[in-house]
Amino acid sequence: MKSLAWGAAVVSLLALIALAFSIGSFAVAPADVLAILWSSIAGGAHAAPPNAEAVVLSIRGPRILAALLVGAALAGAGSAYQSVFRNPLVAPDILGVSSGAALGALLGIWFSLDPWSVHLLAFAGGLGAVALVYALAAAYRQHDPLLLLVLAGVVLGSLFAALIALIKVLADPFNQLPGMTYWLLGSLAAVTPDESLAILPAIGIGLGVLWLLRWRINVLSMGDEEARSLGVDTRRVRLAAIVAATLATAAAVSISGVIGWVGLVVPHLARMITGPDNSRLLPAACLLGAAFMLAVDTLARGWGQTELPLGVLTALIGTPLFLWLLATSRRGWQ
Amino acid sequence: MTLSCDALAYGYGRHTVGSGVSLAVAPGEVACLLGPNGGGKTTLFKTLLGLLPAQGGSIRLGNDNLADLSRAEVARRVAYVPQAAGGYFPFHVREVVLMGRAAYLGAFAGPTPRDRQHAENALARLGIAHLADAQFTRISGGERQLVLLARALAQAAPIIVLDEPGANLDFGNQVRVLAVIRRLAVEGVGILWATHAPDHALACADRVALVARGGVKNYGATAEVVNADALSDLYGVAIEIRNLAGGDRRVCVAA
Repeated sequence: MKSLAWGAAVVSLLALIALAFSIGSFAVAPADVLAILWSSIAGGAHAAPPNAEAVVLSIRGPRILAALLVGAALAGAGSAYQSVFRNPLVAPDILGVSSGAALGALLGIWFSLDPWSVHLLAFAGGLGAVALVYALAAAYRQHDPLLLLVLAGVVLGSLFAALIALIKVLADPFNQLPGMTYWLLGSLAAVTPDESLAILPAIGIGLGVLWLLRWRINVLSMGDEEARSLGVDTRRVRLAAIVAATLATAAAVSISGVIGWVGLVVPHLARMITGPDNSRLLPAACLLGAAFMLAVDTLARGWGQTELPLGVLTALIGTPLFLWLLATSRRGWQ
Repeated sequence: MTLSCDALAYGYGRHTVGSGVSLAVAPGEVACLLGPNGGGKTTLFKTLLGLLPAQGGSIRLGNDNLADLSRAEVARRVAYVPQAAGGYFPFHVREVVLMGRAAYLGAFAGPTPRDRQHAENALARLGIAHLADAQFTRISGGERQLVLLARALAQAAPIIVLDEPGANLDFGNQVRVLAVIRRLAVEGVGILWATHAPDHALACADRVALVARGGVKNYGATAEVVNADALSDLYGVAIEIRNLAGGDRRVCVAA
């Protein structure tokens, strides 16, 4: 029964991927999508029109891969953060990874750097922000470590927000500000094949380490003192989980821009289905996050002439979904 | 393996709760801590377990200094049954008990079938195997306390420290926990145990420590330490100790 449910989830995701390949301003028949993908994997010719091949392989393919990776990374990291912080309302941004990445990206745009440098600055900004928050919290040893981390994250997050606002004021309103605004709202519209492949290692390593730590993170979610009395070095496990989740999130955000809600709502939804055990929760959150992100991104580019920013769409969909979750069930956490 | 401390000072941060405490719990021995609310029993326990840094003195586990041992090494020697909290996430009881095996597993490892067997045995020993599939957050406070005790049994440590295990239990479960503690002691486990009920100490403790603000007032064999004057002084109310008619069992009553 359980493997049947996992199988059904994977098949639905594959169906969604096929759908995402065929939807868009240039419609491609699902049969042509399959033929093109098959010939690119197995070699040989296909009967689909040549411009359909370009759309599927160089435009939609990378974008779909990026959406799947970004969604899995945000939701997987979110589920780990929620366990580590013992709080179902925590998202991966709590330690400042998103605002740090945004600051890095906006600096890059402000200095008119090339796209790769902007991505790298965003990635470094995300990692650097969390490192700063962690170091700040670790400097005060006598207090509750979780509370300090969250407080340091909130304080530095608001500092970054102020710096971001400052850069937006100083930026060229015609050449730079639109790019900054789009980055802050999140988009996969300009993703290239190289970019979607570049984030794969960091997201793979991050989620892989979380998967290896899944049982330790379960014990950690019982509370710091209990976990320590059970023989867990909570400081090290927590640090490892934060580093791994931050690595995946920073890589995702560095090409997608700031996308809220996925890391908060999707793990919550996954926990309602699987319960709190990370050996089921983590893969479920990744699958669901990938599917949610792909669906939202397909909607963003498929609904009409103008692309909708992803951050706006995830909030528009995420808010009612979250309110509904709160009203109908508390099974996931209490 | 004996848990012992010498001239121990304990407290939170710069605030010292008690000092000059010397205790020892040997295998097969039941040592009971009696004292009023806010007297620092939990703080003392957390310090003995290495969860709070000692402010002075030394704590030894067998031949080793507590400070020299890793968390896993400490957990293989001392198990802790905290006062039952609500829990945060709705893990199944079986999973909670399994977490008692964490000290035997590497950072990237999950429980093996042998660990699962330990957990099932621990549940069976406390007669709560029927709770295995229940959610830890949904069972009663008393059941939760028994589950945490089962987790400590799964931890298979030679010393178990219990923080007021009877506080949430109905009368039947209190009697059951008392019986389990006696049995564990017979099997060679050392028990260090805080309780609000002096009767529990009279019923099954080998030694008693009277704990109040400032530290341990008195520590010694139960018969020597627990008397009407000492208890009245400790709790600030008049207390008498009577023999039950027709036996030598002693109980504690308000005068």
